[in-house]
Amino acid sequence: MTATIDRGKATEPVTQIPSRPRRSRRRVSSNSLKAVMAVSGAVLVLFLVLHMAGNLKIFAGAESFNGYAAWLREVGYPLLPHRGLLTLLEAGLVVAIAAHMYSAIVLARRAANARPVKYAAKVKSRADGYATRTMRWGGVIVFFFVIYHLLDMTFGVANPEGHEATPFDRMVAGFDPSRWYITVFYVISVVMVGLHLRHGLWSALQTLGLARRYPVLKASAAGLSALLTLGFLVVPLAITFGVVR
Amino acid sequence: MNLTLKVWRQSGPDDEGRLVRYEIEDVSPDMSFLEMLDVLNERLILAGDDPVAFDHDCREGICGMCSMMIDGVAHGPQKNTTTCQLHMRHYKDGDTIVIEPWRARPFPVVKDLVVDRSAFDRIIQAGGFISVPAGSAPDAHAMPVPKVDADDAFDAATCIGCGACVAACPNGSASLFTAAKITHLGLLPQGQPERGSRARAMVEQMDEEGFGGCTNTGECTAVCPKGIPLDTIARMNADYLRASRKSG
Ligand code: HEM
Ligand code: SF4
Ligand code: FES
Repeated sequence: MTATIDRGKATEPVTQIPSRPRRSRRRVSSNSLKAVMAVSGAVLVLFLVLHMAGNLKIFAGAESFNGYAAWLREVGYPLLPHRGLLTLLEAGLVVAIAAHMYSAIVLARRAANARPVKYAAKVKSRADGYATRTMRWGGVIVFFFVIYHLLDMTFGVANPEGHEATPFDRMVAGFDPSRWYITVFYVISVVMVGLHLRHGLWSALQTLGLARRYPVLKASAAGLSALLTLGFLVVPLAITFGVVR
Repeated sequence: MNLTLKVWRQSGPDDEGRLVRYEIEDVSPDMSFLEMLDVLNERLILAGDDPVAFDHDCREGICGMCSMMIDGVAHGPQKNTTTCQLHMRHYKDGDTIVIEPWRARPFPVVKDLVVDRSAFDRIIQAGGFISVPAGSAPDAHAMPVPKVDADDAFDAATCIGCGACVAACPNGSASLFTAAKITHLGLLPQGQPERGSRARAMVEQMDEEGFGGCTNTGECTAVCPKGIPLDTIARMNADYLRASRKSG
């Protein structure tokens, strides 16, 4: 007896991979791009920690805060030029953000290409929640926030006091109670950053192959992001509610 | 019980396909999901229609053939359960069930619910093996393996290559499947000589097949009928990065 099974490609012999030199592969592997995201993300997280600590100096008064801002521009002088270290750090941040976003975009395109057809049934997430699903768009929102934030605090263009004012005055004017909507915008954006890190922190360790003991790891990621979020939030809120003036 | 099924019907790779509605009566709660489809197919054949094509082989949860998306969940609502081990007692009279094939570019639909998963075979071919003379069986305990490693390697080796991880992944990534094999072999002494080259070759083949990158969503492990854990992916990433650093 012969049986003919006609299921098309499913029963054809598997095509052998032509052996070819590894070097000829044209694309950077997705794993490598993820490692770039993890490392550049970690650089940005380090920056956020320092930035938050600096912001909290606002509670020590105008002099302390302005002194800190001036010191940032003078560290290492005269060995380094005026603003030398700061410019170096800024360049590093720009590179990190560019690398992070570039990898995010390439990976998002590959993912869209790998899943061209959506399911007809509504797909329920069975795993991690909101933070994980908002990494891409949340990241884009964070990016626009960073742009506005630079225009506001660094270049002073979007700030009522302008570029000439001291950092303390710029900060206090920026979050003046009359500009409550700006504070609301900052709060929402900083919460987005917190959400991004809630997934990003443990995800980066997983990507680098360093993740262990997931419940502890995820709880620490959530704790650290909550801490960063609160640390960034108290400053604008304190100004808007008149605690710092 | 009486059920409404909405089943993806696609006559071949080039057909655009559509969901077709079937009313099915007198489904016994003791039937497995596939037996329910068998009954549907008998009725379709009697009515002169084309039966629904779906993959299956062992029907005991070990071969990984019975791939289907049931109401948007790979292998249906029961955790750690393949479609063939899912029973109709989890449904109630009047339910509507939507059944679709796995969706991923590297898994093209062959017909109805059947997809071509040979991309997985090529990932295994790229490095999911150990190069040893496989003549006679080795002496037991000739090679010491710590108990924890043996257990973890065995757990990883239970992957049945069903593809649910890819189907559930919003990025269409095959990381859990690939990592399961890399973990299985990478934990055992026999797997050490090729550990780095294996990780590189398999990860790169995964990209080559058009699977997406992992964003650690965890959707894969949530639907995996064998409960392959996420730490296999951390191990794959570590092996891959170490090997890439070494050979540039
Ligand atoms: C400026 C502050 C930012 C910080 C501190 C940050 C940090 C991180 C970290 C640590 C990761 C984890 C990397 C990994 O999973 O391997 C990550 C992932 C990611 N980031 Fe960012 N990021 C920032 C901005 C952005 C921006 C502007 C975008 C928008 C394009 C973005 C998009 C993403 C995406 C898509 C992922 C991968 C998501 C995933 O792994 O599931 N991030 N980020
Ligand atoms: S890892 Fe799990 S879901 Fe993926 S192919 Fe293996 S058994 Fe199936
Ligand atoms: S038919 Fe073999 S696992 Fe379901």
